[in-house]
Amino acid sequence: MTARAKPSPAPPVDTGAVLRALAEVEDPELPIAITEMGLVHAVSVRGGAVRVELLPTFSGCPALEVIRDRVRRRVAALPGIQTVDVAFVFEPAWTVGRITEAGRARLREHGVSVPRAGLAEPATCPHCGSTNTVLENPFGPTLCRAIYYCRDCRNPVERFKPSSDEPLAQGR
Amino acid sequence: MALWAAPDAPAVLGDGARREALRAMLLAWADDELILGHRHSEWTGVAPDIESDVALSSIAQDELGHARLLYEQAAAEGQSPDRLAFGRRPEAFRNATLVERENGDWASTIVRIWLYDHADAARLAVLADSPLGSFAALARTLGREEKYHRLFADAWLERLARAGDDSRGRVQAALDALWREALAVFEPSPGEEALLAAGALVAGAAEQAVRWASAVVPRLEALGLRVPPERDVPVGGGRSGRHTPALAALLDEMTSVSRSDPEARW
Repeated sequence: MTARAKPSPAPPVDTGAVLRALAEVEDPELPIAITEMGLVHAVSVRGGAVRVELLPTFSGCPALEVIRDRVRRRVAALPGIQTVDVAFVFEPAWTVGRITEAGRARLREHGVSVPRAGLAEPATCPHCGSTNTVLENPFGPTLCRAIYYCRDCRNPVERFKPSSDEPLAQGR
Repeated sequence: MALWAAPDAPAVLGDGARREALRAMLLAWADDELILGHRHSEWTGVAPDIESDVALSSIAQDELGHARLLYEQAAAEGQSPDRLAFGRRPEAFRNATLVERENGDWASTIVRIWLYDHADAARLAVLADSPLGSFAALARTLGREEKYHRLFADAWLERLARAGDDSRGRVQAALDALWREALAVFEPSPGEEALLAAGALVAGAAEQAVRWASAVVPRLEALGLRVPPERDVPVGGGRSGRHTPALAALLDEMTSVSRSDPEARW
């Protein structure tokens, strides 16, 4: 009597596999992966149960539900997954420091300025590189962006504005 | 389906009565944010300049998001944020009457957002300093975000107060009309004394009102504005469900889509 070959079980999912899957989930408002934006706070895997904790840029952001649903669908498509639990958490606060270098380059190409260290530094124009910029409106097309104007190349500039205790650069 | 991680159950909340008191407080705050957010959204497309139009639309979005978050974190089993927002009669709402008033003119809109957002900061600071775990974290998050509301309101209040007699007169009239209702933002919710006694909150609504007044009165006076007589006597009722007709009219409009198909899934 010969033992029948059992179908080989799917390899167990590990945190790395989940993170690689999350790197394919795009932000609904920008051409950048949520991992590049620094929205992923924690991933834990227990057997086939995955929990993903995310950070919002702003808690009132209307894209949060879309992000949650995309994450859930993408992770559920991995082999061997039984349950996916996705939730936003309040802390730590999301900051621009969480955006990766590759993410910054992509956002610059898209015309969005990302402060390097903090909101108080002068806004850099993503089009011409000038810091001769002035704040036009702390509110912009989304909750997480403010509008500046570049006095050198005369373009409007969107700049990331995380919720923060720091003052926004006013410009000259 | 929940968007936020389930809230902590800190030991200091202990028995059901304190949990219920915290829930009542947060639901009242959520009602404030929902109703004022709706009022702000009425300026979309018709604000005096494009910057203010974008700003008030963004602030409205913030407030609606905060209402949703507070409803979700404070709701009892089986209560969804949508149900709480769209499925209640006016008398079940616990918002302060200040936020339900019609927008009125621009001065009145600015005076209200200024009074309200400074009041909101005062109460959020108390929750942020509490030993209530994720509820304190939530308050810190909201406080960081709402800083931008105050920047907007501060700049406009100053501009209007310094812009000549007509403008200053309108600001003063709005302040006279709204001050005592703003004070009633600090009507305590039921069970507050149990939270204070247990050390779950470090300051109650009465103390928050004192902190708020000591922050806003000097700023008004520095702008040459006069705090109305009977400044210590709130005109309230909203926290116990006694509202002006403006709330019923607002809810009638706000819920018209959801009432057209209550079982619809979004």
